[in-house]
Formats: sequence, C-alpha cells, structure tokens
Amino acid sequence: MSEHPKHSSSGQPDPTARPARPRSGRLNFRPINLLLLIPLIGTLPPMFYNRTAPSIGGMPFFYWYQLLWIPISVTLTYVVYRATRGER
Amino acid sequence: MNGVEFGIVIALFALVTGIGFVAARWRRAGTLHHLDEWGLGGRSFGTWVTWFLVGGDLYTAYTFVAVPALVFGVGALGFFAVPYTIVAYPIVFLAAARLWSVAHRQGYVTAADFVRGRHGSSALGVAIALTGIVATMPYIALQMVGIQAVIEAIGITSNHWPLVIAFVVLAAYTYSSGLRAPALIAFVKDTLIYVVVIVAVIYIPYKLGGYDKIFSAAAKALPAKPSKGALTLHNSQYLAYSTLAFGSALALFLYPHAVTGVLAAKSRDTVKRNMSLLPAYSLMLGFLALLGYMAIAAGITPAKGTNGKPDSNTIVPVLFDHQFPSWFAGIAFGAIAIGALVPAAIMSIAAANTFTRDIYLPYLRPTASAREEAQVSKIVSLLVKFGALLVILFINVQFALDFQLIGGIIIIQILPAVVFGLYTRWFHRWALLAGWAAGIAISIWMLWYVPNPLTNHKHFGGAQWALSHIGLDTKSAIWIGIPTVVINIVLAAALTPVFARLPRGIDHTDESDYHAEAGDAKVGSLPVSPGQEAVTT
Repeated sequence: MSEHPKHSSSGQPDPTARPARPRSGRLNFRPINLLLLIPLIGTLPPMFYNRTAPSIGGMPFFYWYQLLWIPISVTLTYVVYRATRGER
Repeated sequence: MNGVEFGIVIALFALVTGIGFVAARWRRAGTLHHLDEWGLGGRSFGTWVTWFLVGGDLYTAYTFVAVPALVFGVGALGFFAVPYTIVAYPIVFLAAARLWSVAHRQGYVTAADFVRGRHGSSALGVAIALTGIVATMPYIALQMVGIQAVIEAIGITSNHWPLVIAFVVLAAYTYSSGLRAPALIAFVKDTLIYVVVIVAVIYIPYKLGGYDKIFSAAAKALPAKPSKGALTLHNSQYLAYSTLAFGSALALFLYPHAVTGVLAAKSRDTVKRNMSLLPAYSLMLGFLALLGYMAIAAGITPAKGTNGKPDSNTIVPVLFDHQFPSWFAGIAFGAIAIGALVPAAIMSIAAANTFTRDIYLPYLRPTASAREEAQVSKIVSLLVKFGALLVILFINVQFALDFQLIGGIIIIQILPAVVFGLYTRWFHRWALLAGWAAGIAISIWMLWYVPNPLTNHKHFGGAQWALSHIGLDTKSAIWIGIPTVVINIVLAAALTPVFARLPRGIDHTDESDYHAEAGDAKVGSLPVSPGQEAVTT
C-alpha cells in the first residue's frame, strides 16, 4: 500500500523527512523507571494474597491488601514522575 | 415509580445538558471548525481537567453497575477490576508521554494517525482504525445499560423513551460543543460519584452492622450461587484473575477514547503527572466493588429488566433505593446516569475522529479541508450514537455485553503496531499487519469455544478460554487476549526478516518528536492544516 503523503509538507525543507538519518536510539531510560514494575509484582500474582486472614475492621486480607496497593502505586508513580520531570 | 428520585434525576440531567451546550464557549480558541478544537478540546487541558476527563472517560457508568454486579454474582473474581486499574497507569506511564509528544509535533489526533505516519502504511492505519471503532461501538451501547439500570430501579420498566431522549440530547450537545462538553460535565459527574461513593461506603455498612457482617453474609451466600463463588479465589481462578487484570490494563489505553483523553492534554508533563494521579479513582472503584457484598448482606434481589427477567446490573441502584432516603437515592441515580453520558460522548468523538482521519481522509477525500474534517467528524459522532442506540433497542443488551468482553481482546491486538512503534521501527509494516490479522482471527476462533452457562449460549459466552481445550487436566482458564497478542507479536517478529525485501514505509516522524514538550514547534509549522498539507504534496 502506498505512503500517505501527508506530513512531508509544503515547499519548505521539512525537518522530519530524513529517512536515511541513522537512529541514535535516544531512549533516555533511567533505572528509576523500574519502580513502575513494583505494583505489577505486588498485585498481579493472586497466590501472594489469596487469603482472608488477617482481616482489618472486618475486611478480609484479600481486599485490604489490594486496596493498600493503590496508595503505594500512586506514590511510586509520582516518585518516578518527579524524578524524571523536565527530562525528555 | 418514585417521584422524588425521578424529579432529582431529571433536574441533574437538565443541569448537565445546560453545561453541555455552554461548553462550546468554554476556553474557546476562535473556531470549532477544526478537529483539534472540536475533537481534542484545543489540545489545551491542564492537570485538573485532564484528570476529570480521563477519569470520567475510563470509569464509566457501566463500570459502576457492572463491577459490583459481578462481585455480587461471582465473589472475589469480580475484584480483578482493582489490580487492573492499579497496574494500568505504571504500564502506560512512559508510552503515553511518547505518544503525546509525537502527536503534538505531527498533529496526530488518533493512534491510527500515528501508526500510519510512523510505519508509512495506510493499510496498517486503517486496520488500527477499524479495530478501534469496532471495539468502541459496543462500549457506547453499554453506557446505555447504565442509564437503563437507573431507569428500571426508579420503577419505569415499560418503555425505552427515557433512554432515547437522554441519547438524543447527548448527541445534540456533543455535536455542538465537541470534547469540551464531556470535559466540563466530567467535573459534575465525578464530584457526584465521589460524594455518593463516600456516603455509601460509610452509611450503608453503618446501617447493615459493619463490614464484618457484610463479609460474613457474603461468605455464606456466595457458595450457593450458580458461580459457586467465595470471598477468595479458587486455585483454578488464579490464571484468569491475573491475565484478566493484566490484559485489561494493557488494553485500556489502546482504546480510541483513552487516546483522545491523553492527546487533549496541554503538555507532556500534564500526561505524566496524570498517570501518577489517576489511580486515585481505583480506590473509589474498589469500594464500589464492595457494594456487591453490601447488596448481598442487605438481601437485595435484582429488579426486572425491560425483558421481564431479573437484571443483575440493577443491584446497585436497587441497593441505593432500599438504603438511602429518596432524595439521596435520586442524587446517586443522577450520578450514575451522568456517568454514562460523559464516556458515551468521548467514545463517540474518538470513534468519529478515527473514522475521519484514518478512513475518510486517506481513502475517500484526501483533499478535505480542516473545516470539512471537523464537519465529517461531527456527523459521524451522531451516527455512532444512533447505531449504539439501535443495538440496544432492536438487537439486545446481551449482545452488547458479550461484544464488550470481546472489545478488550480485539483492541489489544493493535499493541505491537502502536506501543512497539513508539519505541522502534524494527518491525516491518507487513509483518505487523500479518500479526494483527492473525491475533484477531485466532481470538475470534477461541471466543467461539467459550460457552456461557448462565445464558445458555454455546459460543461467544465470555473472554476466558478453558485450558482443558489443549488437553490440560485443569479447570483453569486464561483471558484470551494474552495468548493471542503473544502470537501476534511472535508472528510480527518472525515475519519481519521474511519481508525484508519488500519496501519499508517512510517514517514521517523523527526521533526528537518522541521527546517534544509543549512550546516546541510543530512540524510543518502553523497555519497549514492537515487537510491542506495533503493537497500540496
């Protein structure tokens, strides 16, 4: 199927039309981004938390444990956001 | 029929209708005759508006009625919505920022726009666009299930007129105000929902004698249900729980309406900050899910639906009706009904933008002006809502429900082209298309073998595929989207070297685009609209 001609724009030299330019792979990956994986490890394997005891205020472990991960996840993601803020 | 409840719902509905029309003039930048204005609210929303808009978009009325109904029916398995919405944001945190940047630079309005520009393939763009539209349509129809549940709980079971009127009004202000309407209404919606949920999780347990009593009532009642549920998962449900949560999280931000919410943000920083703040909604969702157990403890039986059978989606409205005084039940019902309008508006706008930019523009009218683009999008948004209404009125709700289960499985198949595309051009465009086609085909084939014992459907009865199909001696099942997206990825990777001799598409993006922030110049700078660019080349 053909290329859509869209963004190679009008007349002026187009700064993006450089298919031959070698990609430098500017990924800027920072190790602090790995904090984003922690909520996945904490909540996705249910065998870690699939029990009723101990319960808090009548709420079985299965429920409060997962609810507890919401503030943890917000905190971790916010830490990554602050640490990488302004970086591109 | 309860007059007080009905009156309050009508009053709230009138309020948001007014807001919907006034929104056309909110933060307006000259003209609405441009897709950036009508379809993305001028790409101008800051942290607060984005938070309400995306939250109002993703946590829909259907979520509010269906998640508690699922917990009511099957117990612990229904709680998957909590890990699902916990992991979704960390997963998309990095990719969403890159998508915002490249879309800002290149003027992309949809994910399919990006795919077409990145991989230089209109065919792949259309595949992504069609996938998005097909996955979104039943979702819009489901929003009507939320409104219908409220209407039934108030006691109007005999006709569809309230639903039709609600959608006609919604269609009218979406047409005139575009994305600004749901963005403004989302403030009302979420404020009401938060108030209702906070009151519900304190007041209802207080009336029922505490969480202790609620959970013990659920522990007694669940094993007797057809699903043989429990307060915790059976071992055989682990795989289903994990894959459902993980897969739904991967799928969430691939939906056109989620992309629309992200791209309407005014800066890359706004997107990243929102990804860290949005999980706050999950807390509300978690407590909402527990309303299912409160309904069990309160001895709620579902109200009859328009088909005369008990409709389990009514348990939350019926619970509110029983537990709250009429005036507060009215507010709660209003909150749910408005909760349906916001996502329905955003979804129809997103589907319309996708049609316009990725099907109409490249294939039907490459010379369309920016004004024509906006006009086509507005008309398509009407057609989309009308189509969803017809599905509910003339086919049936169960069809929409079954289809929505399939929606996530279908939409996840665009992940390699979109998400991998944000990071690499290693994959060949034809390999990505082949992987996508195989992923969809195998998903549908697997879905065919899923029965639904509750509705006596033999096929397309759910999204969980029993591992016994491949000869494993187990009761475990897996959410179909996970194995099929893996096949999709493996195939795309395997075919990339095979297709190496075929021409690669031209990449219209530059590496620096993926890091752009607001204020950086857009490509092909300013007054040239996307439509005009197509003419000049």
